[in-house]
Amino acid sequence: MKVVLHVWRQASASAAGKLVDYQADDISPDMSFLEMLDVLNERLIVRGEDPIAFDHDCREGICGSCGMMINGAAHGPMKLTTACQLHMRSFSDGDEIWIEPWRAKAFPVIKDLVVDRGAFDRIIQAGGFVSAPTGSAQDGNAIPIPKQAADDAMDAAACIGCGACVAACPNASASLFTAAKISHLGELPQGQPERMKRALAMVHQMDLETFGGCTLFGECQEACPKGISIDTIAQMNRDYIFAAATEREATDVLGSG
Amino acid sequence: MERAGLLRFWDSSVGKKVVMGATGLILVAFVILHMAGNLQFFSGSERFNAYSHLLQVDLIELTWLMRITLLGAVVLHITAAYQLTMRNRAARPAGYVKREPQVSTYAARTMRWGGVYLLLFIPYHILHFTTGTLHPAFVRRAAYGNVVIGFQVMWVALFYLGAMAFLGLHLYHGAWAMFRTLGIARPSNDPLHRRLALAIAIIVPAGFSLLPLSVMLGFMH
Ligand code: HEM
Ligand code: FES
Repeated sequence: MKVVLHVWRQASASAAGKLVDYQADDISPDMSFLEMLDVLNERLIVRGEDPIAFDHDCREGICGSCGMMINGAAHGPMKLTTACQLHMRSFSDGDEIWIEPWRAKAFPVIKDLVVDRGAFDRIIQAGGFVSAPTGSAQDGNAIPIPKQAADDAMDAAACIGCGACVAACPNASASLFTAAKISHLGELPQGQPERMKRALAMVHQMDLETFGGCTLFGECQEACPKGISIDTIAQMNRDYIFAAATEREATDVLGSG
Repeated sequence: MERAGLLRFWDSSVGKKVVMGATGLILVAFVILHMAGNLQFFSGSERFNAYSHLLQVDLIELTWLMRITLLGAVVLHITAAYQLTMRNRAARPAGYVKREPQVSTYAARTMRWGGVYLLLFIPYHILHFTTGTLHPAFVRRAAYGNVVIGFQVMWVALFYLGAMAFLGLHLYHGAWAMFRTLGIARPSNDPLHRRLALAIAIIVPAGFSLLPLSVMLGFMH
C-alpha cells in the first residue's frame, strides 16, 4: 500500500519546526506503524536525508516510549493500543497521515517526534518511597488485601507513563498519569503510611511542571493505551482533599524512646 | 514559593478545581430551588406575589444569607475558572496541526463561553427583576406583573432563553463533573455516562424557560 505522510520535523529543541510531506510506497499492511517509519527512514538515509527521530524501545506496548500524535489522536486510531502496536492495516491505501509530537509546555520537543518526558520522572520522584519491607520476600498471605483493592491497584499500575493522556488533554494536564500513580499505591495496604504525603507532593510537583488542570473532558481515558479510568482522578482528588485537611505541621521530637 | 495550609490548597490545580466543584454544587442547588419556586408563576398572580412577599419581607434575613452565600460562591467559582483557564492555556503553547477530539462533549468545550454568557446574564437578571433598574415598568412586590411585562419585550425574553440554553450545557457537564472533582463519585465502568446531570440539565432550564415562553406565546398575561 501507499500512504502520504505529513511529519513534524524539528532539528532541535530551539529550532523552528514544520510539517514535511513524504510519500511512502510499497508498504505492507502487516508492518507495524513504527516499521513503516523504519522503512521510510532507510530510504531517507539512502537519499542522504536526515531520518525522522522517534522514541521507541520495547515495541510491544509495555515501555511507554513510543508516543506520537497520529491523525490527531494520541497513539493513532486504535483504542487501547500504543503506536508500536498499531499496524498499517488500520489505514487504507492512499491515506494521508499526520504525525506530530506530544504537545505540552512540560514536554519540550527534543527532535522531530521525540519529546522530553522528564517531568513524569520528577512527579514519580516527588512521590517518594513506601515503607514496605524489601529484600526478604514475606509470606504471600501475610497482608490481607481486598480483591477489589488489588484489582484497582493493578489497573492503575498498568500505566506505562507514555504521556498520551497529556497529549490528548485539551489542557495538557497530567492528571490521569499522576492519579494512576497515586491510586496504585494508595489502594494497597503497603501504600498507606505515606499515602497523604504522597498525594500532596505529587500534585504539587505536577503543578510545578506546568501541566494544566483537569476539566474532565475525558480525552485522557480514551487515549490511554492501558485503559486507565478517570475514576483514578476522583481518587486522587479525594486523597488530596483528605491530605490537605488532615496535614499537620512537623512536631518536635521530645524525649527518647 | 510554596505557601501553607488553605493557601497552598488554593494554589494547587486540584484545590482550585475543588473550590469550583464545591461552589458549583451550591449554585446547582440554588438553580434547582429557584426554578421550582418560579413555577408558582403558573398558579396566578396572587400566589406568585405571595411567594415574592415571603422572600422579600417575611424571610428577608434568610434571603440575605442566601444572597451573600451565592455572591461568595460566584466570585470564587469565576476566579478559579479564570485562573485555571489561564494555566490550562499556558500548558500548551504550541497546538496540533491536526487534532480530533474523541469523547469530549460539546458541553465540556463550551463551559468557558457559557460561563461568560451567564456572567453577563446574572447582573442583568438582578437589575431586571430584583432592583427593577432595567425594567420598563417595575412595581415593587408585584412580581407577577413584572414578569409578564418584562417578558413582553421580545429581545429580553430571547436573552433569557439563550441563558437557559447555556445553563443547560453548563449543567450537563458541571453537575456530573462536580461529583468527580469532589472525589465523591462512585467508581463506574463507564465514568463518562451521566444520568443525574442529564436530568438536571434538561429539567432546570426547561422549567425556567416556561415563564418567558408562556408570556411570549400569550398564555400568561
Ligand atoms: C457566573 C458565571 C460563570 C462562569 C464564568 C462559569 C465558568 C465555569 C467554568 C470555566 C467551569 C469549568 C469547566 C470545566 O471544568 O470543564 C465551570 C464549572 C462548573 N460550573 Fe460554572 N460558571 C458560571 C456560573 C455557573 C452557575 C450559575 C452554575 C450553577 C448552575 C455553575 C455550575 C458549575 C459547576 C457545577 C461546574 C463544575 C465544577 C467541576 O467540574 O467540579 N456555574 N464553570
Ligand atoms: S515502544 Fe515500548 S510501548 Fe511502544
